Amino acid sequence: MVSTVTLSSVMFELIRANRRRSVLLVAGFVAFLVLVGAAIGALTGYGWWGTIIALVISAAIAFASYWKADAIALRMSRAHPADAQQYQRLHNLVEGLCIASGLPKPRIYIVDDPAPNAFATGRNPRHAAIAVTTGLLEKLNRVELEGVLAHELSHIRNYDILVSTLAVTLVGAIAILTDTAIRLMWWNGGRVPRDGDRNNGSNPLAYLGFALLIFAPILAKAMQATISRQRETLADVSACQMTRYPPGLISALEKLRDDTTVTHSASTATAHMWIEQPMSGVGDKGKLGGIHRMFDTHPPLDERIALLREL
Amino acid sequence: MTWIILAIVVLLVIVAIVTYNSLIRSRNQVENSWSQIDVQLKRRIDLIPNLVETVKAYAAHEKETLDAVIRARQAAMAAPGDPHAQAAADSQVTGALRQLFALSEAYPDLKANQNFLALQEELSATEGRVAYARQFYNDSVLNYNNKLQAFPTVIFASMLKFDKREYFEADEAAREVPKIGF
Repeated sequence: MVSTVTLSSVMFELIRANRRRSVLLVAGFVAFLVLVGAAIGALTGYGWWGTIIALVISAAIAFASYWKADAIALRMSRAHPADAQQYQRLHNLVEGLCIASGLPKPRIYIVDDPAPNAFATGRNPRHAAIAVTTGLLEKLNRVELEGVLAHELSHIRNYDILVSTLAVTLVGAIAILTDTAIRLMWWNGGRVPRDGDRNNGSNPLAYLGFALLIFAPILAKAMQATISRQRETLADVSACQMTRYPPGLISALEKLRDDTTVTHSASTATAHMWIEQPMSGVGDKGKLGGIHRMFDTHPPLDERIALLREL
Repeated sequence: MTWIILAIVVLLVIVAIVTYNSLIRSRNQVENSWSQIDVQLKRRIDLIPNLVETVKAYAAHEKETLDAVIRARQAAMAAPGDPHAQAAADSQVTGALRQLFALSEAYPDLKANQNFLALQEELSATEGRVAYARQFYNDSVLNYNNKLQAFPTVIFASMLKFDKREYFEADEAAREVPKIGF
């Protein structure tokens, strides 16, 4: 049994390491966007304008939905507010965790769904909301529920909605860039206009650009998923730091792993916010399993449980 | 040459301001989280009269246990402000309440009473809140002490009257598990 002092220092270290990795991932993603932008700029002869415009459009769309993240997510899942009398224990647990973390208490919602799951949303701690399914409330006991709620509150505390909005912006920018470039090249009959280019000599960057055009959107999606998985791990460890009781969340994750009900209230768009990947296809062991795993928004439950046991 | 010196001075001033403000914020959080512990303790004590009345309706003859709870509450309200006295009084209340809830196991009508169940939930939640408030206080102290003792802040911290804060530690008495007698 690890003493509380050692537990805290291990957790704080893990959290710091996770934050560092987050920064590296986002920086890597930005570098990737720059690379794609440069290649396409060279390919289409429009230089950096394309990249800038794509980034601005993508950012506008992504941040508009970020601003209204809570309302959108709640409406899409058909969540209704949790009455304080009827859901006394739920409210009490959230209040306790807010005292432990110094966060303001978020609005609490219920989703009518037999599959156990939960999500957090909202652009910052003051405009946050947490939703749990009726299935979760039925199947988990008090400490397990507390672990799950701590995980969701950690998403809010770590500004994960903002991080995933940044990732979505970058994916969107890359998608717009590559899409536009392909159309431009199509209209030009494959010829690339370039200033002062007398000879039709091939530019090596053009070949790279072409390869990027095809693979960039897929790579971008994979990078977004990597960031999402990493933030999930951070939320798991942060949750244990909040409750100082890893067995609660471990037990909850084990129950989630063994439960095979599929969440119907989720869709691909909202999948990343739930505590457990709501779609089937998770844990595929077949030949395509490896490819599925690259795009998973959550690390496999077994991995998460193993990590938490180390604490 | 003078430009460089000027730039360095400006930079140092900015760093000093930022560090000072950060220390102030951390220290204020330490103090705020300390008072929050009291808020949660008081909240617990306030729930007791209602609980005693509910139990009396079903188990009025269990005078001893009920009186123990009432006495513990009065002691807690009268306890001096210092943290150790408060914590000792609080653990008395916890012990008395545990006796009361253990007792309620023998009265199925009481156990089925909605009011009693709601109170039981509230009390156990409040104990959780007290524990979390103490945890948050300790986390705030850790955060503040870290900033204070880091280099180079440590050099001028004592000059500016910033001192190290102590952690909240459970008393030896509170660490004992209360005995439940039947």
